[in-house]
Amino acid sequence: MNELFYISSAVAAASTIMVITRANSVHALLYLIVSLLSVAVIFYILGAPFIAALEVIIYAGAIMVLFVFVIMMLNPGPQSEKQERLLLTPRMWAGPAVLSLILISELIYALTSAGPQAATLRVVSPKDIGVSLFGPYAIGVELASILLLAGLIGVYHIAQKGRQD
Amino acid sequence: MGTIPAEHALMLAALLFVLGAVGVLVRRDIIFILMSIEIMLNAAGLAFIASGYKWGQADGQVMFMFILTMAGAEVAVGLALALQFYRKQKTLDADSANKMRG
Repeated sequence: MNELFYISSAVAAASTIMVITRANSVHALLYLIVSLLSVAVIFYILGAPFIAALEVIIYAGAIMVLFVFVIMMLNPGPQSEKQERLLLTPRMWAGPAVLSLILISELIYALTSAGPQAATLRVVSPKDIGVSLFGPYAIGVELASILLLAGLIGVYHIAQKGRQD
Repeated sequence: MGTIPAEHALMLAALLFVLGAVGVLVRRDIIFILMSIEIMLNAAGLAFIASGYKWGQADGQVMFMFILTMAGAEVAVGLALALQFYRKQKTLDADSANKMRG
């Protein structure tokens, strides 16, 4: 199981790097789906099989389909790909990359300074999640439903065709 | 099974989050910026799952479900805004947003 974890971590990191360096948005999207699927494998290894299934169905399924639809509707084409390629120069990358490298080394230092402690695996079943979700977190469920309703109405309003304001 | 240190999973979450942050900073296409935000949200979810793994509790996974809901609402609104932006500007370049005029 350890090897599986490290292999899928490497796949996730590599495909995420591919996402942020592609000029073509459809290619980036396919790499993002690979990244999400490998994170789903990691969830499964970390004792969260229900969340792994949700990751595949909702993230890699529903949300990515939304991206595909929007890319198909906008149809950016080779022109925007050329424009993106012009922007993908080392000069653009240098600043954010150096600053992020500092941040990630700080985080890794903070996480390794305590020394690794092997955790014991306890698989959390969907039943446990449901009991927790509708017990102490019931208010969160209600707020999430309000958020989704607000999102639905907001998207309906924003995406109307003939808006001229 | 179950001998992976939770710190390693947290490190992967940190790495993915930083990669998403670099994507937001470097890219100028709105679709790419939204994809990078998805990467960052997913990394935050991974951190919750890793913490839940460390203590063997369901709370981290409940938090992941809230993040999933929030990501769904956020990406729907973001893509609708991108559609309107493209209709007005005929481009997805975020730099041209300074010509929006109200």
